[in-house]
Amino acid sequence: MTTTVNEVMDKNYFTSKAEVKWCPGCGDYAIINSVKGAMVNRAKPRDEVAIVSGIGCSSRFPYYMETYGFHTIHGRAAAIASGLKVGKPDLDVWVISGDGDSTAIGGNHWIHAIRRNINLNYVLINNKIYGLTKGQYSPTSEMGQITKTTPYGVIDYPMNPLVTALGIGGTFVARSIDKDVKMGEEICTRGANHPGFSLMEMYSNCVIFNDGAHDKITGKDKADFTIHVQHGKKLIFGVENNLCLVQDGFRIKMAKVSDVAESAIIVHDETNLQLATLLADMAPSKGQPVALGVIYCDPAKKSYDFMVHEQVQQVIASKGEQPLDKLLRAGDTWTISTTLCNASGCKTV
Amino acid sequence: MGQISLKSVDQVVIKFTGDSGDGMQLVGNQLTALAAVSGNDVNSLPDYPSEIRAPAGTVAGISGFQIALGSRDIHTAGDAPDVLVAMNPAAVQHSYKHVVKGGMIITDSDMFTEKAMEKVGFKSNPCTDGTLAGYDVKSIPFTTLTREALKDLDMGPKDKDRCKNFFVLGVLVWLFNKNPQDVLNFINTKFGKKLPKIAEANTIVFKAGLNYGETTVMFQQRYDLKAATIEPGFYRNITGNEAAALGLIAAAKKSNMQLLLGSYPITPATDILHEVSKHKNFGAITMQMEDEIAGICAAIGGAFAGKLAVTTTSGPGLALKGEALGLAVIMEIPLVIVNVQRGGPSTGLPTKTEQSDLLQAMYGRNGDSPMPVIAAGSPDDCFMAAFEACQIAIKYRTPVLLLTDGYIGQGSCPWKVPLESELPSFEANFTKEDADFKSYRRDPETLARNIAIPGTKGLQHRVGSLEKDVLTGAVSHVPMNHQIMTDIRKNKVAGIVRDVPNAVVNGKESGKVLVIGWGGTYGAVKGAVDRLILQGKSVSSINLRWINPFPANLAKIIANFDKVLIPELNTGQLSVLIRSQFLVDTVSLNKVQGDPFREYEVIDKVNEMLGE
Ligand SMILES: Cc1ncc(C[n+]2csc(CCOP(=O)(O)OP(=O)(O)O)c2C)c(N)n1
Ligand code: SF4
Repeated sequence: MTTTVNEVMDKNYFTSKAEVKWCPGCGDYAIINSVKGAMVNRAKPRDEVAIVSGIGCSSRFPYYMETYGFHTIHGRAAAIASGLKVGKPDLDVWVISGDGDSTAIGGNHWIHAIRRNINLNYVLINNKIYGLTKGQYSPTSEMGQITKTTPYGVIDYPMNPLVTALGIGGTFVARSIDKDVKMGEEICTRGANHPGFSLMEMYSNCVIFNDGAHDKITGKDKADFTIHVQHGKKLIFGVENNLCLVQDGFRIKMAKVSDVAESAIIVHDETNLQLATLLADMAPSKGQPVALGVIYCDPAKKSYDFMVHEQVQQVIASKGEQPLDKLLRAGDTWTISTTLCNASGCKTV
Repeated sequence: MGQISLKSVDQVVIKFTGDSGDGMQLVGNQLTALAAVSGNDVNSLPDYPSEIRAPAGTVAGISGFQIALGSRDIHTAGDAPDVLVAMNPAAVQHSYKHVVKGGMIITDSDMFTEKAMEKVGFKSNPCTDGTLAGYDVKSIPFTTLTREALKDLDMGPKDKDRCKNFFVLGVLVWLFNKNPQDVLNFINTKFGKKLPKIAEANTIVFKAGLNYGETTVMFQQRYDLKAATIEPGFYRNITGNEAAALGLIAAAKKSNMQLLLGSYPITPATDILHEVSKHKNFGAITMQMEDEIAGICAAIGGAFAGKLAVTTTSGPGLALKGEALGLAVIMEIPLVIVNVQRGGPSTGLPTKTEQSDLLQAMYGRNGDSPMPVIAAGSPDDCFMAAFEACQIAIKYRTPVLLLTDGYIGQGSCPWKVPLESELPSFEANFTKEDADFKSYRRDPETLARNIAIPGTKGLQHRVGSLEKDVLTGAVSHVPMNHQIMTDIRKNKVAGIVRDVPNAVVNGKESGKVLVIGWGGTYGAVKGAVDRLILQGKSVSSINLRWINPFPANLAKIIANFDKVLIPELNTGQLSVLIRSQFLVDTVSLNKVQGDPFREYEVIDKVNEMLGE
């Protein structure tokens, strides 16, 4: 187990000996590959990496990785990882969590970890279903979806995790899909290098309970239904690169490249929150392509874990590192020197 | 009119009641401090409404503060007040019935307007219409006198009226024969520099109160409180919550670890979070999280990171933490959970004390999930109890639950402050190097497991909430492995008994009645049994500080008595534990009125059991 000095830091370096127990064909296999690739790119020794997960199929992830790993309880990974990161800011701390784990039971913790901008690399594996408990719908399941608990169709409105994250001050928001291991690796690498909370939503195909949920955006015509957004590049997509996004008042709309002036095509600016929110919100159900890639990145905001220690250092600098005795002996104090006891009682002098 | 006499007493109980703006807590705290400085033992109990701002002049809005001072060892804030300071008709209505017969009631006569009396159901003035017959009523026009004393000062009338509490304090300092200089110093340090006008006003008013006591014929006698037999040493007044916070900080220092407190505000535990948050210069990290679950989870993350991890809460918060507690149990990580108990169930009585989370602390988790439980017995004991909880958590790699309660958490008493050099050092002993590291390899004696914190070179490994292999910590569903792990977790906690001091019997080692106190009942039980022993009764008591595991000698002690009495502020939870573990037919004395035991309640019960 010990790291040898000249060991090559490749994907195998991060692979544990544990047998992987995901169903054959599960999208999580590809995602773990992307994450390993990002870790190689990040080049942190594996003993300086910790992976915290909740509960779910996806949360089995840390067992398969040759790093420090904590498989915890359902929904609480973000809170546990927050304590770990604050306790050891030099570690690379990854959180691996499912859509149910993050947005249902763990919604509160996930939201507040984003709000604090704590420097976690958060991979939200979204298969739009509960896998481990065998096929119930999740907060990201589509309206009308038939699942074990919704035999007549889902009637909850779904949530879009990236739009939520942007709405509460998220500083790094990206999306990818299991099938595109390279893009997954790209966004995870950028997320890991981002000095704040980075949210990587990775669509995953649950072959058992929600097979084909992402077919539209992974199939033959995927280029018509997805757009790979890249900072500084024009938002052009389509199987024949014939489609684009243009401004429409405060909104964006699709157009044919041939129908608009070249200058009308929006250039992606990953520091533009309004644009990012519009991009993150696009969906095939609205007749729009799904935005993939790094949608938003604001590296300027300080992270919570950084500020925790900064504040401790500031207080130490201003108050000094007091001796414990001084703290214990503060407040209303007095000294009792001796107690004299005689037949008529005791007296303290 | 004769000379004013000095009445020598060994204990006086004083209760202050008033609207929240009347400054009664400040007067109470000042008197507590003065008494302590002059060598009296003291114990205090604040009692305030759960509404933040209940309407002024109503019984619901009254906040109270009771203190006992005197020479006997004082263990509680006293049974019934000898002196009641009630600042308005509502305050009189709230508390007069509790005053001992013949006791003194001091009120502000200016407040007895028809409207104010009517509001609380007095048809006429209770001070004169016979309602308070049998009490020694002192109606003093505090408001008029305060305004009069300050008439030459350039200050708004509202600000002037706010000084009234220092008039009251002046009268009391005279009545209890305390050194006025200490109050003058206090006024000077508190207001002197920042608010010189207020300092001047309070000084004038305080002196006016003193002189009022001296020159009027209102009081025929002053109290002379005999000094207590107190161990020599350096003392300060401290509340249980402050003491717990300092105990945690001290434990961090003595273990060379950084304190990481993950918490969420809840009455009456929040003051621990407040206190630790102040002391960042000791490196303490506080994380106020989004809820109690996140509070404990952040602490668990901190424990993984090798910090001295703590979470603080009160009953409903502990309920929320249940699942994460189980995670800490199965992961076998050091973690301290402080539960300042309040009245339940559910949100229950947030500001009132109770001891009804004991079984929750013992069993409130899924699965066989044993956890050590220690209960602090008094405000000052919260310091060492918190310190010990940290030592055990680190040594045994286990979550430890520290129970205190609203009474001792918010109440105060003198604390003999230890020196840092007197406190034991202890070490986390995390594994730094091990060619054959196995995360669940154990110390054969303590059964504590190996811990390598993330970032340690070459020791990367995985742990989780699923049952784990007895050696490697890898996931294991092997039936026999679960049996063995369950047994180990149980034995490990039971083995902590080697660090639990034997229970000490107060009184004879055998006899007719043994009274077992635990946690916050310690004071009332000790006080009551001391008095009964003085009367020659065959009764002894012990205080249980450790509840899981129980002290090793408990079975033997119990066997030496005919009967066992367990007073508890719940419906008999320790009784359930003692009965099941020792097969003894305990007698329960239960009270759930949001109020601690009075000594006489224990005395009456023991007498009944003795057939007297
Ligand atoms: C407190 C608690 N409630 C419920 C469960 C059961 N449970 C385990 S995983 C899961 C949902 C998993 O779905 P998701 O997070 O989307 O992960 P996936 O399995 O799809 O990867 C549920 C409901 C649990 N383990 N703990
Ligand atoms: S049930 Fe679905 S999510 Fe779980 S391992 Fe199988 S394919 Fe993957």
